[in-house]
Amino acid sequence: MTASVEDFAKEADAWFAENTPKNLDFMLPLTFMEVGTDQQFDFLRDWQRKVYEAGYLGAAWPVEYGGGGLTQAHQDAATAAMKKYNAPIMFNTIGLGWAGPLILDIGTEEMKHKYIKGILSADDVWCQGFSEPENGSDLGNAQLRAVRDGDEYVLNGSKIWTTHGHYAKYMILLARTDPNAPNKYAGLSFILTPMTVPGIETVKIRKLTGEHGFTQTFFTDARIPADGLMGREGDGWKVAMQTLMYERNAKGGQAGGISITEIDPLEIMTLAREATIDGQPVLDDPVIREKLVDFMMESHAFKMNAARAKLPPLNQDCPQAIPLMSKIIHTEYTRKINEFALSLQGSRAAYYVGEDNAVDDGYWHRGYLNAFSATIGGGTSQIQRNIIGEHALGLPKTR
Amino acid sequence: MDFGHIGFTEEQIDMLGVAENFCREKSPIEKVRKLMEGGTGYDESVWKEMGDLGWLAIAIPEEFGGVGLSMTEVVPVAEQLGRYMLNSPFISATLAAQALIAGGTKEQMSSLLPKIAQGTAATLALSEKNGAWDLSNIEAAATPSGEGYMLSGTKVFVMDLEAADWVITSVLLDGKPALVIIPKNGIPESAARREKLIDETKRSHEVTLDGISIAASAVMDTGKTKTAFDHIHLAANLLGAAELTGSCQSCIDYTVEYLNTRKQFGKLIGSFQALKHPTVDAFIDYQKSRSLLYAAAYSFGKQGEGEIAIRMAKAQADQAASFAADRSIQFHGGFGFTYDCDAQLYRRRAIFHASQYGDARYHKKKLADLLL
Repeated sequence: MTASVEDFAKEADAWFAENTPKNLDFMLPLTFMEVGTDQQFDFLRDWQRKVYEAGYLGAAWPVEYGGGGLTQAHQDAATAAMKKYNAPIMFNTIGLGWAGPLILDIGTEEMKHKYIKGILSADDVWCQGFSEPENGSDLGNAQLRAVRDGDEYVLNGSKIWTTHGHYAKYMILLARTDPNAPNKYAGLSFILTPMTVPGIETVKIRKLTGEHGFTQTFFTDARIPADGLMGREGDGWKVAMQTLMYERNAKGGQAGGISITEIDPLEIMTLAREATIDGQPVLDDPVIREKLVDFMMESHAFKMNAARAKLPPLNQDCPQAIPLMSKIIHTEYTRKINEFALSLQGSRAAYYVGEDNAVDDGYWHRGYLNAFSATIGGGTSQIQRNIIGEHALGLPKTR
Repeated sequence: MDFGHIGFTEEQIDMLGVAENFCREKSPIEKVRKLMEGGTGYDESVWKEMGDLGWLAIAIPEEFGGVGLSMTEVVPVAEQLGRYMLNSPFISATLAAQALIAGGTKEQMSSLLPKIAQGTAATLALSEKNGAWDLSNIEAAATPSGEGYMLSGTKVFVMDLEAADWVITSVLLDGKPALVIIPKNGIPESAARREKLIDETKRSHEVTLDGISIAASAVMDTGKTKTAFDHIHLAANLLGAAELTGSCQSCIDYTVEYLNTRKQFGKLIGSFQALKHPTVDAFIDYQKSRSLLYAAAYSFGKQGEGEIAIRMAKAQADQAASFAADRSIQFHGGFGFTYDCDAQLYRRRAIFHASQYGDARYHKKKLADLLL
């Protein structure tokens, strides 16, 4: 008998209250993009597996593929409990949030049976092969070549910024199967790719924070099964766009859990209340006071936008506007508020993670530098302005 | 941190649809420019229609001839009036009614509110030459004289005076701020001087109170003056934010239209990112403005939450409308520098609203004191 959502929520609350790990003696990554040490990886994989086996991940996915067979409301209740107890992230995000929903939506029965359970149990870590060294913003121009040979594809080329590349078993790969297609988008295909075959090599890239978390991936005559193709050859761009919809939470169906530790940047208020610059409390400074109000207004406006987007009568003139601007608003706000926090630290802003005298263990420094992953990745803020201008305002494309 | 919520009422959405259609039909931009040029500055037949439609009755209680809704349902009307730059005594009359509801005696409410509800205009005379936004910072006075009072001092920014039948005025009475109702026919023509405003769509007068006398019954409830001031201040800022947000929408539409029409270097200029990107930034600011506006509309009247929401809405509306119009002038190139380009209308409108009841900086200072 299916537990009611209320009962499930109570059980989830009790489970996470008891089982959420506390007082770790090492630093966890803030998001799934910064899993850089084996210690972090092992811990997060074990944690995700534990949460899944307790029934609190993939709860709404079909039972026959490894899910819980319950409703989205059940999973949302479990996710809420994770948030409440500040549980460590579900790190296998590319599987849980992007590849998994995609496979459940348009994959074959074989794919569902093959991939879904491993995504949930964290036995199979997933990564994404979209960006290339020469084609980032211009993703449609991706050049990594997939040549059909019998029941295999032969891959040659390179992908970059591959989160979890070092640990991944599978990659959602955007590859060029037809260099002579009528337009660049039509030559792309989307292929579920095993990372463990000969010819695939990952090289770790160090981030500006000093941490690891992503790689460059090199493909040299790597042979993969052709049955990983999603849709048909030439469907790659369309499928990639659907994946981005999951990534931007524009489409539902994700497995649940949180992949990014959402610390409300308004935690800056705690810092602001205690900070002094040159011996004076920062809250006495009218310029700083106004700036803090700016951030509170920005935060509130973002929330009110999200709420208004769900109220069609208040969102008639351009209903797609708010969803389209959600990323740029949130990511730029995060960058700016973390940066502002550094300016409240006086000379102690010079101290970084690992220094006892650092303010908040260097949290704001990490937060600020890592904020660029979001203002640059998933479509830069500059590209976002192009998209909003063209899709919401009907402005002409920039050629 | 939780600063409040957003929602809507069915009546509010009805008003939004009605107001949008009415204003679009009655206020094409050519007509706006024509009305600016002279005379009363508004179309009296349009004003009468607004009265007949019951718009003045929205936020007046049923017992006084009103519909018994609230400022929540007035906001969409003010927004659409702003969107189509439709000038009328609507906001003045609404605020005057609110002043009576918050600070009038039962007799005064019974006497005046039903008439306002039917479409008779009234207005406020609160500001003075010191430019203060603190409504209690006044020097005008009422001195006992016979059975009534003799007034002295000068009021500025008395909006829509020509249309109004009553002018609700703040004066010092026994040394303390009070509100009094001056019937328009008690103000000699020579006492009123039309002011030249930056926003040419609006009409205001400076009124010299010296020698004007009022009856004792014209004094509003002196125990409610502070409440009335607070209520007027919040209501005026809410409707100012609404008008600004509506104007901002039209300003951006106007800019986008130009960027999609004008060509240079063989291309539509909207394809140049130096123009496209700041226009998008203005659009983003506008959407935030609208969300904060309707959040403020939803919380109006809610203790604490309402004030925060309204101040945020006015501050954001000021910033968004000012930036959008400033860029609109710039992005219209040489044409933007002319009187004929509508960008100047929107820029002047934003300067006006920033000057009344508090600008962005003022409200953010108040918010800092409330929230930090």
